[in-house]
Amino acid sequence: MEAGTGASAGGGAAPVRTHWRTRLSVYLNTNGRRLVLGVPYLWLLLFFLLPFAIVLKISFAEFAIGVPPYSDLLELTQDGYFRLTLALSNYAYLFDDPQYVIAYTNSLRIAAVSTAFALLVGFPMAYGIAKAPKGPRTILLFLVVLPFWTSFLIRVYAWIGILKSNGLLNNLLISLGIIDDPLVILGSDWGVYIGIVYSYLPFMVLPLYATLEKLDPSLLEAAHDLGCRPWKAFLTITLPLALPGIVAGSMLVFIPAVGEFVIPELLGGADTFMIGRVLWNEFFLNRDWPVASAVAMAMLILLVAPIMIFQHIQAKQADGEGAGR
Amino acid sequence: MSMATQVKAVSDRPVKTPPEIPGCTKKLGPPIIEIEKVVKRFGDFVAVNGVSLDVFEGEFLCLLGGSGCGKTTLLRMMAGFEQPSEGRVLIDGKDMTDVAPYDRPVNMMFQSYALFPHMSVERNIEFGLRQDGMPKAERESRVAEMLAMVQLERFAKRKPNQLSGGQRQRVALARALAKHPRVLLLDEPLSALDKKLRERTQLDLVNIQEKTGITFVVVTHDQEEAMTMADRVAIMDEGWIEQIDAPQSMYEYPNTRFVAEFFGSVNMFEGTLVEDEPDHVIIEAPELETPIYVGHGVSGREGGTVWAALRPEKVTLITEKPDRDSNWSSGVVKDIVYLGSTSTYIVELASGKQVRATLANHDRDMEGRVTWDDKVFVTWTDNAPVVVSS
Repeated sequence: MEAGTGASAGGGAAPVRTHWRTRLSVYLNTNGRRLVLGVPYLWLLLFFLLPFAIVLKISFAEFAIGVPPYSDLLELTQDGYFRLTLALSNYAYLFDDPQYVIAYTNSLRIAAVSTAFALLVGFPMAYGIAKAPKGPRTILLFLVVLPFWTSFLIRVYAWIGILKSNGLLNNLLISLGIIDDPLVILGSDWGVYIGIVYSYLPFMVLPLYATLEKLDPSLLEAAHDLGCRPWKAFLTITLPLALPGIVAGSMLVFIPAVGEFVIPELLGGADTFMIGRVLWNEFFLNRDWPVASAVAMAMLILLVAPIMIFQHIQAKQADGEGAGR
Repeated sequence: MSMATQVKAVSDRPVKTPPEIPGCTKKLGPPIIEIEKVVKRFGDFVAVNGVSLDVFEGEFLCLLGGSGCGKTTLLRMMAGFEQPSEGRVLIDGKDMTDVAPYDRPVNMMFQSYALFPHMSVERNIEFGLRQDGMPKAERESRVAEMLAMVQLERFAKRKPNQLSGGQRQRVALARALAKHPRVLLLDEPLSALDKKLRERTQLDLVNIQEKTGITFVVVTHDQEEAMTMADRVAIMDEGWIEQIDAPQSMYEYPNTRFVAEFFGSVNMFEGTLVEDEPDHVIIEAPELETPIYVGHGVSGREGGTVWAALRPEKVTLITEKPDRDSNWSSGVVKDIVYLGSTSTYIVELASGKQVRATLANHDRDMEGRVTWDDKVFVTWTDNAPVVVSS
């Protein structure tokens, strides 16, 4: 213990007789665990907490012409005092102008509907992969991740060619005689749903696969053995036990979908007004950084609620698996 | 199925009567599960290779064999989780080929217990009853009855992961018995328990089987377990049933070398049948100094190769040369394994063959008994060896 603290405080210059390598190994033995845990914390501090603090700070500032385009929160007054000015007007403004409320509800609705579709598509996929024999399973998992090898932007762009009124999909449906007039998908909410489901499907499939793969097949056999028909066994055994995966996958799709900018921009229409577009407009068109920051903060608060639900379910799950009440 | 064909089907089949089981006071009924020439292949691998077997109502049957012998596959075909590649399984005289597991009147206790982790103990036990649409009050009293049977009343509200291994095993048993199945299939029910608990649970299982009268089919790899619990034991090897008998008959009269060696420990001598009379046979075994004289007739032809199986507890050790010209050989005590109630002496014969002899430790001190490196004679009575020809 003694040597450990000595080394950490003094570094290489500490006047200790033992060899530096011995001291390093003693230090690592006593503090190695903390060091390993420290790395992700440092990462979070630098790339999440610090930017978050900056955005939070800007959201309380006032618009100003200059570089940077906002006022300082702290000012040194003439009589030598610091003056702190917190402008809440940016947040009040979000409620004043209905476009923000509309954008938020639009974002939440589109993200929720897309998540539901992603779950409907992703669950059978994950189930099929989990039940597949070992060889094909690896290939199938690889195929799920494969789209990531192409640029996200290009993949979303490619959907324009598929969905537009004289695109692949409409031409195919017309030539098969299923429809007479082309469907308007591109430029509507449906284009956005398709884009989000397509782009975020792997985030739904992978956690679902992870939980379904762990599911002991003898549980289903036991259910069948006790007189339970397959469909009911799915509802009473598979679904409840897959819940952590369903929640994790849904969060991973829902949270980024709320703030999605590229997909509604390329596949949505003028009326698909989501929070990502608002952010873009405030930052780059209006150059009103304080309001843009307030928009970002409000979105974060909106997303904290589902994250809390997720954490709560996880904690409950861990409690059930632990020693118990 | 019309009445006429049903009657015909019954009259066509031979009437099977339960076998006489020595030492068994239970009254066995007609066959409840009939396995007819069942073959099961997984790709190129033949797991079950033409097994025919009748399970009689009320009996406690053990399927015994090493890993990969096909015993679990056979059990899973009774439960309906596997379909026979050839042959068929009948339960209560009805062909089960197209009957799904959830429609069969049997229940299974899984080796892993397969308890539903998200349900409490009572919900687990109740699960099968719910599927049948049993009214709530009836369900509750049945669950209470099952909990009492396995002495888990206090743990009704717990989740499976809050129980010990032994308690989980009892929940699995209660869940499988709750529906009062015609047959309970148990796949290695005790393999996850420690030795002490396993011995106690063996007796519990026997008691529960006797009390409920439900037919039990147990898969196990443990020969002692099979001997303790079963009315009849079926020994399986490479997809075959080698022998099916009461434990005592199996031990004293094995049909094959495999059974003799698998079911308890044995000294095996290969030899030639030199004298084949209805009342006795003489076997010339090169590993022994004198021939083996067996005091009864055996099946086998003169000049053929046979094996004489000699149980260690039927071998005695003496220090003076016997005054007869058969059933003994001389050797040196190489090792003594003290097992508490008995000791096993390993005697090396001149031929290099090692013979095991088990002697009861009647006296506390070992004064006067043979010890390491003593020159001794191994000997046995005329009725001790069992002769098998395969």
